[in-house]
Amino acid sequence: MLERLEEIAATEQLFAEEFAHTVNVCMAAGCMSSQSGLIKEAFDKEIERGGVERRCRVRGTGCMGLCAAGPLVTVDSQTPDEVLYQQVKVEDVPDIINALEGQPVKRLQCSIDIPFFKRQKKIVLENSGIIDPERIEEYIARDGYSALLRAITEMSPSDVIDEIVASGLRGRGGGGYPTGLKWTTVAKSDGEVKYVICNADEGDPGAFMDRSVLESDPHRILEGMAIAGYAIGASQGYVYVRGEYPLAVARLKTAIRQARRSNMLGSGIGGTPFNFHVDIRLGAGAFVCGEETALIASIEGKRGQPRPRPPYPAEYGLWGCPTLINNVETLASVAPIVRNGGEWYAQYGTATSKGTKVFALAGGIRNTGLIEVPMGTSLRDIIYDIGGGISAMGECKAIQTGGPSGGCIPAAYLDTLVDYESLAALGSIMGSGGMIVMDESTSMVDVARYFMEFCMTESCGRCVPCRVGTVHMYNILDKFSRHEGTQDDLVLLEKLCDMVRNTSLCGLGQTAPNPVLSTLRYFRSEYMDCMIPEPDGAEIINETLEVAQ
Amino acid sequence: MTPRTEKLEPPSDDKRWRIVQATMQRNGFERDGLIETLHTVQESFGFLDDDSLRYVAASLNAPLSQVYGVSTFYHLFSLKPAGKHTCVVCLGTACYIKGIPLLLKEIENEFGIKAGQTTPDGQLSLMTARCLGSCGLAPVAVFDGQIDGKVNVHEAMARLKALQEGDNA
Repeated sequence: MLERLEEIAATEQLFAEEFAHTVNVCMAAGCMSSQSGLIKEAFDKEIERGGVERRCRVRGTGCMGLCAAGPLVTVDSQTPDEVLYQQVKVEDVPDIINALEGQPVKRLQCSIDIPFFKRQKKIVLENSGIIDPERIEEYIARDGYSALLRAITEMSPSDVIDEIVASGLRGRGGGGYPTGLKWTTVAKSDGEVKYVICNADEGDPGAFMDRSVLESDPHRILEGMAIAGYAIGASQGYVYVRGEYPLAVARLKTAIRQARRSNMLGSGIGGTPFNFHVDIRLGAGAFVCGEETALIASIEGKRGQPRPRPPYPAEYGLWGCPTLINNVETLASVAPIVRNGGEWYAQYGTATSKGTKVFALAGGIRNTGLIEVPMGTSLRDIIYDIGGGISAMGECKAIQTGGPSGGCIPAAYLDTLVDYESLAALGSIMGSGGMIVMDESTSMVDVARYFMEFCMTESCGRCVPCRVGTVHMYNILDKFSRHEGTQDDLVLLEKLCDMVRNTSLCGLGQTAPNPVLSTLRYFRSEYMDCMIPEPDGAEIINETLEVAQ
Repeated sequence: MTPRTEKLEPPSDDKRWRIVQATMQRNGFERDGLIETLHTVQESFGFLDDDSLRYVAASLNAPLSQVYGVSTFYHLFSLKPAGKHTCVVCLGTACYIKGIPLLLKEIENEFGIKAGQTTPDGQLSLMTARCLGSCGLAPVAVFDGQIDGKVNVHEAMARLKALQEGDNA
């Protein structure tokens, strides 16, 4: 079977060599919204018109990362002659074609010799922007599915788990639970039927890593899921995708169909007795469904409300069966780990957080887009070197990580090396990878209010602390944003944070106070500035009240 | 409860019901296909009305309360028809700090509707999204399904007015 993969890869290589030049147009959601679809059509027409079909081919690829400069086009990528063009318009197409043989078009050229590209280490995104996500052949030509075949023909399920454990990979959805440990638990759970679920319900506002991976390299997720299925003894997997990501869903569907046809999914994969099927389940716009028990309820066709744990899904999950739930990026790391070994992966990163992490840079930063860096890279390097610094005039004020469950890290901590523990120590979390840069114009009270409004609306209503607590916290924050806060409000706000954090049923409520707590910790003076000026002596009364309580 | 094996008669002889039936059949008329089925109904008819909820409940042998519960729990499902034109404003963090609240307020003032509402003449529905995942292009809005990045208030308002006037002309 491995020979067949090699054969496909060789044919693909020969096919590519028939052309002197390859033009790649980014067809991921970011560039698509700036009309890259029309640009690809224009290239097709121009090549036909110029009669150079035999010499040049045009491909649509996945995300190239630098979304700020889209639509992006590369010519002859992966060769020494690679040229990257930015902000390409339909009118520019003939110039680019004419320049194939000579000097690149200067006015459109974007240097690839900049820190944004040089300082990244791509493992999860290694195929992103390089292959056409709608052709399985291109994935196979870049070692695709070789890890799966190796796993099911040469390794035992426990060998596979050992590699994952050795890699030190931790859950990329935010929690950072060791992936190897999770796999071991599900593998050991009793049950004839087990399931693998890929959590692609990327709900954090400001995060688009999972979307990009699904759109740019869908086969990698399927391969990761199939390897996971083999390791834990499951033969059915589900990808739970947000309904808001139609392009990702379409590409995933295409990928599943192609993988089935190539016998990389389905019954008797690669001529072995191993069966693994994958189906897609669509989310319908509920943030809480990113929580694993709520996600399971949603797949079962119910309202996405969480339930108390334990029992954890590893023992009692989908339809009561042991279930492994991993995030998109986690599963996307599996194939390279199996292919190159756990130790290879563990060479990247810090003592407690191994490997690389994909971040979505957005907000007041110059190079908005998608990056992948080794764990342990400093925030300063990410923002100023790779990110190109702050876009508007002014300084970086804070960095928001982890979405509504995370916190705001003030600029004073820019030299922090990013890993799970260091971000937690600062009162934020790694989260799924959204990184929003805020400049001096942003009011932190307003940011806290924004996230509380989010949690209030997205609270599923099952448990009282979250359902009622978020409303009260929002009302207080709203008062502050109208400059009508009082000292009593501040005391009450902190009490509510403590209560909601400690008594809510699931992660949504437990982490909802984080944005408030972290802004109170680092930007307390902004809250003070949002208070009604108190008459003389009022402070003393407040203090007496507190003592009395 | 065992799933049904035969198809129920749909509420009308509209051909679109066949697509809905196909979705239910693909899921073996099991209740866990409920969300998939509601997605199909909404894609085919634009929204979920009482008849369709009753029909889906009966076909999947699910209590109407569960079907209603699910269709009101998830934000993507709508129980009201949308306007002729739609505008979705992204309220993600990146869009928020890049000034999308201003645009939202402007549209609300200009057309006299709040987010989630449709103008009385049925021309424009204003909606919000949690995050469209195109944060690199923030602020982002979607006009009639066409996503538009780096929007400014002035251009967006002109575009909406053009949509409205295009129909009247």
